[in-house]
Amino acid sequence: MLRRPHYIALGLVVLLTLVIFNLPSRTTARFKLGIGGLFLPLFGLASSSQQAALAAGDSVISRGELLREIEGLRRENQQLRIQAMQAEGASGENARLRQLLGWQRQAPWKVKSARVVLREPSNWWRTVQINLGSRDGLRVNQTVLTVEGLVGRVSSVGLTSSQVLLLGDPDCKVSAQVENATRDAGIIGASGPLDRELVEMGYLSGSANLKSGQVVRTSGNGGIYPPNITIGTVVDSHPAEYGLATVARVKPAANLNALEEVWVIFQ
Amino acid sequence: MSWLHALFVLVTAFLAVFWEAAFSGVRHLVGVQIDLLPALMVYASLCAGITTVVLLAVLGGLWFDSLSANPMGVSVLPLFVIGLVIHAKRELILRDQGFAQAVLGFAASAAAPVMTLLLLFTTRHTPLFGWGTLWQLAVMSAGGAVATPICFEFFGWLDRALVHPRATQTSFRADREIRRGR
Repeated sequence: MLRRPHYIALGLVVLLTLVIFNLPSRTTARFKLGIGGLFLPLFGLASSSQQAALAAGDSVISRGELLREIEGLRRENQQLRIQAMQAEGASGENARLRQLLGWQRQAPWKVKSARVVLREPSNWWRTVQINLGSRDGLRVNQTVLTVEGLVGRVSSVGLTSSQVLLLGDPDCKVSAQVENATRDAGIIGASGPLDRELVEMGYLSGSANLKSGQVVRTSGNGGIYPPNITIGTVVDSHPAEYGLATVARVKPAANLNALEEVWVIFQ
Repeated sequence: MSWLHALFVLVTAFLAVFWEAAFSGVRHLVGVQIDLLPALMVYASLCAGITTVVLLAVLGGLWFDSLSANPMGVSVLPLFVIGLVIHAKRELILRDQGFAQAVLGFAASAAAPVMTLLLLFTTRHTPLFGWGTLWQLAVMSAGGAVATPICFEFFGWLDRALVHPRATQTSFRADREIRRGR
């Protein structure tokens, strides 16, 4: 049986909720970032404890193993430098050809690395928080990726941290293109509530010629994501909308469940 | 020391929200993150006053939403409704029984996400929803059923460690006193 204090408390909470729901979106975003800022001391505590654990793990690796690792990295570095030299030549050639054709020159990406500090606490969104904010020059809708492939986009920016919508979140739609003969284009959308390994690619034409293993990249349409960033590979596809369209399942190239470090593109 | 008790509950809620966002061990294991706020709300509504219930619902909900992609304030009302219902019926609940605590934790941890999802759909948001949501609800409820008795144990231990124990009734009885005569 509800008593008078219960009714007063209920009234107060309902009123407060209605007020918060009806605040302008900009005020709500600031309010959210302000409250999220209370967790900043704990971010530092968690990351320093993680680093301490890593340092403790590193101290038990044998010298021989470290030397082998250094040798492997040195070899990989030399290979990458040769590839970079080749890519630089190709890039120069591309720029000259673009100039001859009168096309716009492609600016090289400027990227900044960021650490993932927090993950989405609820089960119905796919987001992470990174340790770059407006003081680092970050803005909404900047592309976030790893060396393996696309991760998502920045959705809100605080002073020292920002929220990133990951591939598979219902609010993270990416215009994509399959690397096949017909260059089938579609939209990468939400995944299932438990499908953390796969995302769905919809709006493909009914005659799309998709095969497992074909690479999916950003198309550059939509104005948020630059073109040719690897998204993942096609796993399977099935007809939808009575055969008028095709839906494919795509495995993201970046491991979205174990993100530690990401890169943000500053164009 | 009700203010100290309320403070303990709120600090635990703050740390619980941070734990949910910072550590994904359970999520990697079963694919679902467990929410500890409903379990805390069961404890607060059974052992604390209505003010603590309101503070936990408002602050806990806002802290949770600030780290999530949820619209701000969407977690407040579900938590408060759970707290209010239990608080109103708490004279009828055997709060010291572990089984009763587990059942309440199970029900609260199932009800909170369902109400939050309903609110999200009502406010025209499109969260990830499908058959997998049933598995998520099952795991969250089971997690809540385990976490609630642990909450009671933890706060019981904290009370014993930090709060002065209540004076117990003396064994002295005036009618049993042996009067000395000369």
